[in-house]
Amino acid sequence: MKYLDEYRDPEAARRLLDEIEAITTGSWRIMEVCGGQTHSIIRNGIDRVLPGRIELVHGPGCPVCVTPLGVIDMALDIAARPEVTFCSFGDMLRVPGSELDLFGVRSQGGDVRVVYSPLDAVELARANPDRQVVFFAIGFETTAPANAMAVHEAARLGLTNFSVLVSHVLVPPAIEAIAGADTTTVDGFLAAGHVCAVMGTRQYEPLVERYGVPIVVTGFEPLDVLDGIRRVVGQLERGEAKVENAYARVVGVDGNPAAQQMLAEVFEPCDRRWRGIGTIPASGWRLADRFRSFDAEARFDVGARDRPESGRCRSGEVLLGVIRPDECPAFGTECTPLTPLGATMVSSEGACAAYHQYRPAMPTP
Amino acid sequence: MTEIVAPEGWTCPAPLRHHDRVVLGHGGGGRLSADLIEHLLLPAYGSAAAADLPDAAVVHAATDRLAFSTDAYVVRPLYFPGGSIADLAVNGTINDLAMRGARPSALSVSLILEEGLPLATLARVADDLGRAARAAGVDVVTGDTKVVGKGQADEVFIITTGVGEIPDGVDIGPLRATPGDLVVVSGPIGAHGVAVLSEREGLTFGTDLVSDTAPLHEMVAAMLAVAGDDLHVLRDPTRGGLAASLCEIAATARVGVEIDERAVPVPDQVAAACSMLGLDPMHVANEGRLVAMVAPARAQAVVDAMRSLADGADACVIGQVTDDPRARVVVRTPLGVARIVDRPMGEQLPRIC
Repeated sequence: MKYLDEYRDPEAARRLLDEIEAITTGSWRIMEVCGGQTHSIIRNGIDRVLPGRIELVHGPGCPVCVTPLGVIDMALDIAARPEVTFCSFGDMLRVPGSELDLFGVRSQGGDVRVVYSPLDAVELARANPDRQVVFFAIGFETTAPANAMAVHEAARLGLTNFSVLVSHVLVPPAIEAIAGADTTTVDGFLAAGHVCAVMGTRQYEPLVERYGVPIVVTGFEPLDVLDGIRRVVGQLERGEAKVENAYARVVGVDGNPAAQQMLAEVFEPCDRRWRGIGTIPASGWRLADRFRSFDAEARFDVGARDRPESGRCRSGEVLLGVIRPDECPAFGTECTPLTPLGATMVSSEGACAAYHQYRPAMPTP
Repeated sequence: MTEIVAPEGWTCPAPLRHHDRVVLGHGGGGRLSADLIEHLLLPAYGSAAAADLPDAAVVHAATDRLAFSTDAYVVRPLYFPGGSIADLAVNGTINDLAMRGARPSALSVSLILEEGLPLATLARVADDLGRAARAAGVDVVTGDTKVVGKGQADEVFIITTGVGEIPDGVDIGPLRATPGDLVVVSGPIGAHGVAVLSEREGLTFGTDLVSDTAPLHEMVAAMLAVAGDDLHVLRDPTRGGLAASLCEIAATARVGVEIDERAVPVPDQVAAACSMLGLDPMHVANEGRLVAMVAPARAQAVVDAMRSLADGADACVIGQVTDDPRARVVVRTPLGVARIVDRPMGEQLPRIC
């Protein structure tokens, strides 16, 4: 797979950095929305080689991090039931609920499994008619098409023992919440390339017009990120605000119409609560009426709940770019990946986890 | 009050001898156990087995110091691309001995079998144990077999213990890591972990990636032959990967380690799989790789000696030991920035998207 190396080439990176340095005159705060980009930035040290006047702010684009506590608690409740086989992506297993996490449920005898595709969960349901198989359908527009497909497939097979616990969230409303906040200090955005591969880039046009912020669709390798930054800075320096695509090798204007059609069939927009941030209008998806019988929330009658977050976890401010992870007093002391207070310390895309993995607080000699 | 069971409800505690599955009696020490050893294990181990696998073996030692190591293998699935639990059980313990500079001289093999395991599966595992031991040139001199109830183990667990002779003058251990030493790896990293993950989880990427499992004692002997006492530290970066090995050495010796990220050989498929799953190749397990710290004057000779062997064809220098009492392991990224490397968390959790 040549292209990974190609987008990690140090000389090309140096040229992009020189160009960014040459065009930067103002001080700019740029938010990378996606947690995958946050990791690439911290892992490669991109924020440390940029001109000092450019500050990167980490955004809310980690699906595990923004899944609200109430939903995690629902998942734990459902997963603990003897008749349930609960399937989830791996990094949800360690996210703390109010009292324990999915690993804890598993150690107490719950049937909790890691799957790599929601279709694997459908297959489990088909092969085990005496089990209630529940898939934890979280994530942004990237994971939603496969989850929609799983529900569609379960309906086609007539499965009555498959359901999904849905907590899908959407990127554009989150950008809007941040760009439109009175207190916002973000001058421009790197939009998440993989989300745009599904949804296209048109969704961002209204945001650019309404809030006057550049939005550049950006990939994940070091050169992708640097190119995105170069384009945002270029626009800011020229006083422009438009949608640009710096990830054209993957993203087209229209996205993936087949995926969008599947999404439109299975899901409908809803208000969604974001962990650490609060409720953002029309920022999520739930199952459309036709597929409501696959809703685990209704099937297991676990009712939505509104649990208070840990007072010591400041992940909300981290997710909004107000503080850096290492500015939280609990970072690296009370809160570590082994004893996380919040989801941003758990997920491989969480900003706190990225800082902890690549810039841990070191013991003094 | 004891309930009396009618005679027709009685069951015989010693199951039939000619069974195609493992039964509890196979671990009972009686005839079934003897049958299993005589007809299944000994033929499978072949020339690598001591005549009758006695309860205690006598091992002759030609040196003053012995290396002694034990390890338990509970891998799932039993078979994965490029190897099996049997390869890991033999090579893993041999490698633990080799990492002290020892020449492995004898192995014990204990099997914990789950009731109901097909004897054909056991025979295949035993054949592989024998083949791996013969390939490594190390004899199985004793062992034990136990059977536990269905559901109380996962098919087969293997525990191997090994002893090896440490040649006079050889002193290899983490405390000898010295600032200025060069850090050498014996080949590309991450293949084993990704191969097992892809097989276990039915992932479709990297299907032609195979485990790197291999015994490393011959390579160590070749390295010692050219470096002697200048070979300071050896480690096989198994669970926790290269990152965990380097962090452990640094913490033990109170030295730093600086790695050049671009010098670390990572196969394209490992890089792609890790990129997709949100894993770090430096955290992924290897089973046939070693990392060495060598005095700089002998580093090139050591690399050349490793490259003369098939398993070391891609050996290279990836960094050096530094003077850092805070024992930090840092990676120099392609952008020239230093990033701290930490031990991974307990379990590798593939990410959501």
